[in-house]
Amino acid sequence: MSDGSITIDAAIVPAGTARRSLPAHGSRRTYSAYALVAPAAALMLVMLLGPLAGVIALSFTDYQLGAPHFSWIGLANYQDLFADKVFWTALRNTLTYVVVVVPGAVIAGLAIALLIQSGTSLRSLYRTIYFLPVMATLIAMAVVWEFMLHPQFGLVNGLLRGAGLPAFAWLQDRSTALYALCAIGIWQAVGFNMVLFLAGLVSIPKQLYEAAEIDGASSGWARFRLVTWPMLGPVTTFVVVISGIRSFQVFDTVHVLTKGGPSKSTEVLIHTMYTEGFEFFRSGYAAAITVVFLVFVLALTLIKSRLADRGVHYT
Amino acid sequence: MSNTHSVTFRAILRHVLLIAGAALMLAPFIWMISTASKPQTEIFSSELHLIPHRFALWDNLREAFAKANLLRFLLNGVIVTVSIFVLQVMVALPAAYALAKLRFLGRETLFALVLFGILIPPQATAIPVFLLLHKAGLLDSYAALVLPFTISVFGIFLMRQFFKTVPDDLVDAARMDGISEFGIVWRVMLPAAIPAVTAFGIFSVVAHWNDYFWPLIVLNSEQLRTPPLAVAHFRNNEAGTSYGPLMAAAMVIIAPLVIAFLFAQRRFIEGITLTGIK
Repeated sequence: MSDGSITIDAAIVPAGTARRSLPAHGSRRTYSAYALVAPAAALMLVMLLGPLAGVIALSFTDYQLGAPHFSWIGLANYQDLFADKVFWTALRNTLTYVVVVVPGAVIAGLAIALLIQSGTSLRSLYRTIYFLPVMATLIAMAVVWEFMLHPQFGLVNGLLRGAGLPAFAWLQDRSTALYALCAIGIWQAVGFNMVLFLAGLVSIPKQLYEAAEIDGASSGWARFRLVTWPMLGPVTTFVVVISGIRSFQVFDTVHVLTKGGPSKSTEVLIHTMYTEGFEFFRSGYAAAITVVFLVFVLALTLIKSRLADRGVHYT
Repeated sequence: MSNTHSVTFRAILRHVLLIAGAALMLAPFIWMISTASKPQTEIFSSELHLIPHRFALWDNLREAFAKANLLRFLLNGVIVTVSIFVLQVMVALPAAYALAKLRFLGRETLFALVLFGILIPPQATAIPVFLLLHKAGLLDSYAALVLPFTISVFGIFLMRQFFKTVPDDLVDAARMDGISEFGIVWRVMLPAAIPAVTAFGIFSVVAHWNDYFWPLIVLNSEQLRTPPLAVAHFRNNEAGTSYGPLMAAAMVIIAPLVIAFLFAQRRFIEGITLTGIK
């Protein structure tokens, strides 16, 4: 930052005289502007907006990679999709994952942020430790988790047995596999949410707590209920939506640990899309799954902007 | 007196709870290092112990490097993430400058499209981009890993917001010195935007170093594998038999980012939570 401000100070002096030459160079500058945005605009069209339109268009075709020709089939992909039990399983599992991971990662993130902020010692050490899972390559850590959850030699079952509790074949049992993945998801997301909450907590004015105390809010819980929670409103909404969108995208842990199994108990939307699109190369059908996924993600985004419009401020 | 007691009690309770949570967060890392340091016989024993009786980290690391070309995979990771970041900056910075400081027809539309683009999750465009690369004959190459990410609408947005705060006088002065608009981007705006570019760089490198979805889709060849793909393959080949080398490989793959993070935590946390703005 300091480098920048030095240049700025030095440059301010001759600025007044520069204005006069503006009109003459106006049109040349317009050309420059187009030249400057051209690469970005072209790439955006080819890599982002085009493909987005493409995926919607593809979902109305029977295109398969490598097939000599394809045709428009209207809503047939969607009819197939809605008649397919695997799709409904995937959707239900994805929603279950979201409904478990979002509250888990948001509440834990908030609790940790509050605990860290409630004292002054070791703040940055704790922050670093809790943030570490966000940094570490999820695939590598998923493999570590798999070994921790190993039915015979894993740490988790070892501890359970040591405490005289029953052990589980976590990832191999259809009643526990999805929840094991949820646990990994929460473990990974908590630190990210914690940092966002910490930023929110720091921005709450001290006077509000003093005022609340004068008004008789003496217990920590009363201060939390009257000041912290309402003041964190916008941050909380934001963290919930971000966590929701990220959970909807769950794929890595599923693909490397369970491949959607056992017996489809961990099949999730993006994994179904991947299997159909990139293993069976049924591009049209996979595109329809993508569109369903997009609808959910964009709905979440819409909820966020709705809540933001309603003005979640309390000051 | 009772007040000080309750204060110390609360401070202790805070540490007890945070340490318990921290143990939970660190458990996989500790278990990874512990397992990577144990010989086979100790890994496959039902008796739990953290410290290996016989220290076998070097053996496991040697075996991991022998079974998979880990150095090559790490190098691939570096090549891909650095290329992506450099190209992202080369594409985004000029556009961000034009959007922030120049007036031209279509500017508002373009900016609206940038904002819209931020909402599109990367999985949504995967199929058409894959087909595009297939048609272009670029699948299974570095280009397939890099090209789709050269455009970062988020980077454009971030830089545009930053450039908005740079005084117009600075730009005008540069023009007076005869610097072209293109020159202004690189010689005036870039130096002023180093903090923002650094934060974006950390965000970009971490995201693409850890990315699994896209390399999985476009790669076939072993020698092009990125670190996450390498771990996944290592696991598929070795899991159930040699957990020691597998944990050692996982350690090697996460090491570069984790070490960088421990050295510059503040910058990393700042960079990664940039997604917060998304």
